[in-house]
Amino acid sequence: MKGAKAIFYREMIIFKRRIGKIIASYSLSPLLFLIAFGWGMGKKFKVEGVDYIAFMIPGLLAMSSMNHSFDIASEINIARFYWHIFDEFMMAPISPSSIVLGEIGAGMVKGLLSSFIILLLAPLFSVSIHINFFLIICLLLNTFMFSAAGVIIAMMVKTHADQSAFNTFVIVPMSFLCGTFFSLKKLPKILYIIAHFLPLTHSSLCLRASFLNKALPLGSFVAMIGFSLLFFYGAVQAVKRSSV
Amino acid sequence: MHTIESLSLTKKYGSLVAVNALDLQVKRGQIFGFLGPNGAGKTTTVRMLTGLTRPTSGQAVINSYDMVKEPVMAKKQIGVVSQYNNVDVDLTSVENLRLHGMLHSMEKKKREERIKELLHFAHLWKRKDELVRTFSGGMKRRLMIIRALLHSPQILFMDEPTVGLDPQTRRDIWALIRQIRESGCTIFMTTHYIEEAENLCDLVGIIDQGKLITRGVPNHLTESLGPYTLEIIEKGKSSYQFFKTAEEAYQKTNAGNHQQEFDIRSTNLEDLFIHLTGRSVLE
Ligand SMILES: Nc1ncnc2c1ncn2[C@@H]1O[C@H](COP(=O)(O)OP(=O)(O)OP(=O)(O)O)[C@@H](O)[C@H]1O
Ligand SMILES: [Mg+2]
Repeated sequence: MKGAKAIFYREMIIFKRRIGKIIASYSLSPLLFLIAFGWGMGKKFKVEGVDYIAFMIPGLLAMSSMNHSFDIASEINIARFYWHIFDEFMMAPISPSSIVLGEIGAGMVKGLLSSFIILLLAPLFSVSIHINFFLIICLLLNTFMFSAAGVIIAMMVKTHADQSAFNTFVIVPMSFLCGTFFSLKKLPKILYIIAHFLPLTHSSLCLRASFLNKALPLGSFVAMIGFSLLFFYGAVQAVKRSSV
Repeated sequence: MHTIESLSLTKKYGSLVAVNALDLQVKRGQIFGFLGPNGAGKTTTVRMLTGLTRPTSGQAVINSYDMVKEPVMAKKQIGVVSQYNNVDVDLTSVENLRLHGMLHSMEKKKREERIKELLHFAHLWKRKDELVRTFSGGMKRRLMIIRALLHSPQILFMDEPTVGLDPQTRRDIWALIRQIRESGCTIFMTTHYIEEAENLCDLVGIIDQGKLITRGVPNHLTESLGPYTLEIIEKGKSSYQFFKTAEEAYQKTNAGNHQQEFDIRSTNLEDLFIHLTGRSVLE
């Protein structure tokens, strides 16, 4: 665990040093989404019986926290291929799981900060927010899960170009397909089924239910836990295997 | 007991054998120099000995801990200076060192004392709070070396510690390395500078195309070949002969013809390398 703490310490120094820029950049895209879809769609538009803007905010939380947690992948990549900094972790007497945990911790901080920013912005669009226990648990799970996925991808890709290809072909489609901004029930059957194999779908379902104070969809909650464990295991294996 | 031992250590990349059945032993307190041309397999060997690369076959053993089977114990014994500058340019020198200390579970008070001591040792104290991004190549190198020493490892690996540095900085680093040896640390270093191997190392191993072609004390190796080298240059091509005394070499020149130029000097490891492989280290 000391190893995880050390790695987390490193990531946080850099994070603190850039905090101003980070907050600015984390605020911009949610703000644009809220303006375009929140105001743009108008007040009367309702989905699944709620105002559209209240419907989309949990989706925005899911998407934004996923993106910023997963974003550690590109930073690990630069650290690995460009600065060779990852070697310093790999040569230290620490286990692969502490490396993974340290990086996940950093990814979670980023994902959670972006969620917090959205929750602060929401009242500006006259959406009242209900922060409850399950909302927090779901955000923790979502950021854990996608930070772990970020570590896997960072360790598997061979170049920076592969990394951005993965973002373009997996992360971006997932951001939009997983019921983040619309009701999944509107999807054709086949896409509906595919969407349920994607982790972000379950995050947006759980986040939406908690945000709107509805009963948590248990199946999706279990799926989130399952994906988290799976990705964590995968990340540890990926770090072990990276010593080629 | 040997502090570093490799037992038919092998690394293959597809059909390329980067390191071929390497058997090596380094005793405590020695500076072992691993000499070889570009692409010989030096870095690959160091990476296997330090746990960054998994051997295709064979074993890397550090203070009797197997690097593959007991990586955490084996890694506790070592400090590593890589060939590439891998200091964290987004951190200050103190933060770089602190991170390293934390990665090695050093106790905080001891860590901070040692950071102070080593920053003075490497003449970096004045710049301790500056981002490493602003450092020169030589300063980064010095920082990498003291970082590797922070947790007081018994064994220090250095992969081309002076590559790309100017002659003066190189000499400074040599002085640093000698001081480190004084403290009882075993040093495994790679180089493709003959001068460096001859000047610093108690023992050298010469590697070419993944194979260890000879090993021994630098003086003994050159003496066994003949302490004096006669270089015969004819039509722009050099050939070499080795002699026990300078007189013998000189006599040989009398038998030469007018198209030949001669040079008599003491034999160095480069001559040994050419003698063994037919090529120059620098080729
Ligand atoms: N990851 C890799 N994949 C494929 N081939 C590799 C890899 N790493 C090294 N090699 C090959 O293995 C051989 C040995 O490389 P290595 O880096 O160990 O040489 P070196 O002696 O350190 O050379 P230099 O003096 O240039 O640093 C080279 O032919 C190199 O191309
Ligand atoms: Mg090398």
